[in-house]
Amino acid sequence: MTEAAFASDLHTDGSADLVLEADVLVVGGSLAGCWTALAARAAGAKVVLVEKGWTGTAGVVAAANVGGYSVAPDAASAERRRIVEARHDAAEGLDDLVHVERVYAEAHRAYAALEALGFRWDARANAGARFGRFIGPYTLHVLRGALERAGVRLLDHAPALELLAHDGAVAGAAGIERKTGRTWAVRAGAVVLATGATAFLSGAMGTHGVVGDGYLLAGEAGATFSGLEFSTLYGFAPKGSPSTKGWWTNSASWFDAAGRPLGAASGRGGMAEIARAVLETGGIQAIIDRGPDGFEAFSRLNHPNTFQYFDRLGIDPFRQRFAVQMIYEGHIRAVGGVVVDDACSTGIAGLYAAGDLTDRSRLTGAAMCGAGPAVAWCFASGEWAGRAAAQHARARTDRPARLEALGRVGLRFGTGGRNRPDEVRTAVRSEILPLEKTYFKTTTSLERSRTTLDSLWDRSAAGFRTQTADDVLKAREAAALVAAARLQTVASLVRKESRGLHRLEDHPVSEGRMARPVLLSGLDTIASDWSREPRMAVQNFGTLSNAPHP
Amino acid sequence: MIELIVADRCTGCGKCIEVCPNDVFAGFEGDQPTIARRGDCHTCFLCELYCPVDAIYVSPLADREPGLTEASIVASGFLGHFARANGWRAGRPLREPARPAAPTNAA
Repeated sequence: MTEAAFASDLHTDGSADLVLEADVLVVGGSLAGCWTALAARAAGAKVVLVEKGWTGTAGVVAAANVGGYSVAPDAASAERRRIVEARHDAAEGLDDLVHVERVYAEAHRAYAALEALGFRWDARANAGARFGRFIGPYTLHVLRGALERAGVRLLDHAPALELLAHDGAVAGAAGIERKTGRTWAVRAGAVVLATGATAFLSGAMGTHGVVGDGYLLAGEAGATFSGLEFSTLYGFAPKGSPSTKGWWTNSASWFDAAGRPLGAASGRGGMAEIARAVLETGGIQAIIDRGPDGFEAFSRLNHPNTFQYFDRLGIDPFRQRFAVQMIYEGHIRAVGGVVVDDACSTGIAGLYAAGDLTDRSRLTGAAMCGAGPAVAWCFASGEWAGRAAAQHARARTDRPARLEALGRVGLRFGTGGRNRPDEVRTAVRSEILPLEKTYFKTTTSLERSRTTLDSLWDRSAAGFRTQTADDVLKAREAAALVAAARLQTVASLVRKESRGLHRLEDHPVSEGRMARPVLLSGLDTIASDWSREPRMAVQNFGTLSNAPHP
Repeated sequence: MIELIVADRCTGCGKCIEVCPNDVFAGFEGDQPTIARRGDCHTCFLCELYCPVDAIYVSPLADREPGLTEASIVASGFLGHFARANGWRAGRPLREPARPAAPTNAA
């Protein structure tokens, strides 16, 4: 296989090795993608789900155990407010509580519907937990079984490399099978992207395949992006471990590399002090000694990933200090991504998006979206995207013979270039991952990064040296990383203030007039604009539930 | 990072090749798989979970762990440890409630 195979419209004239027809094509088989596919199928659509890895172990949730937020229809007013407003203060004016309530209500319906698919909250493999608690591997195992029974066609180890379009509307996608190098194309009435966010290959557990492919795919189709400046989120992992699971961080005492206590630090709340200690003393240590009664037993049951490290290395984290490192989590736990409307349409005909790929700032504003809200959003956005895509496909009567291939950088421009994908990946990572560049952002450092990243984009457009199917995939991943890094950097330069997970050292306070989203579009030339709509729908909160507003 | 497949436990069923999200393993059903792309392993332990005979060992470190041998791993008792901790047996999740409900944590 050479890149030349992708330098023509092979996929569009039906000559891909495998050609399938579908009403709805879902790209990405983790939580959001699985739920999208089931929703589209329930709406009567013929559905194909393609996944870069294997639907069942894909996405960050496969290595996670999370509690998804939801509100029951009959929830008491106080309980409803507690959940809906759980992250409202941290959102710093960028959330929309009507949207939040709608998402959590939809999530509640979805969680209940899971039970009919055989999901048992109290299963041993779900840690015997309560409603809304999801142990990743078990959850995805149940969803894969449900997809197979529902008749959704699953293509595993089949990364999508580009979208296909006709007459301004997205109408399919094309890619390769990693195991065989064969090409595939799916013609579809609508496409839903659920490819996840990116942590820029930081090494955080479960993120190696979640590179940001969707930014590239959606961007080439003309999507709008928002929230990518909220980029200062790092996770804490025991040193040498990729496990950034945050369950213990607020129950620990913290020390710098010399063993001096970090007074104010408490996990995420004390991240700035901890980050400074990393830069100034070369490391940090922690001991989990501030948990509530029963925390050790609870933790062992619910977080087996992290305990593989402690148990296999013989460390008792409740009784001895252990070294800790910070690992970048990017947009996987933050909010930035592709802007979608209430039906999860990207605004481009035939193209929808769900889950972590999307802009989630309406849900948690400038704050972390990870865990509770993110899980709720995967289900709610999957439900809405699946339904809307099925409806769009039904209304679409044209089935054009030839489709236009939208893939560019890493596929078509400058075929036969000399760039190696791993060199470009390394160069992007060195602009994004270091604490001093992304946790302590300054206008000057961002402008320097922007220059470097712009030249990496030009270099990528000049072509990659690709000999195998794996090289083609890695080239596209490299291009996606550059695209995401440029969007993040431009967004950070536009928002000349500090708010939530966006901080500029040279603009340390928030500005009232900037309590609105920054919108970006374009991948070659990135255009930026401030949204005309401020958020703050607080006064309307409660309209969905008819709950009395105190 | 994936360390090894214990040769005399592996049945060559191919499940790890199928389920690995990052295409780390290579081979054909009936043969013992090889760890073809170790650098793509992201330490999710899911091959351990899906292995029906607990033949796979993933080090909890992101990079290779020095000093491990097949004999030391077998003797450690950690083969199948992640599966047991997750309530899986023989490559499948246990659906029955095996103990009283866990303490709840705040939403």
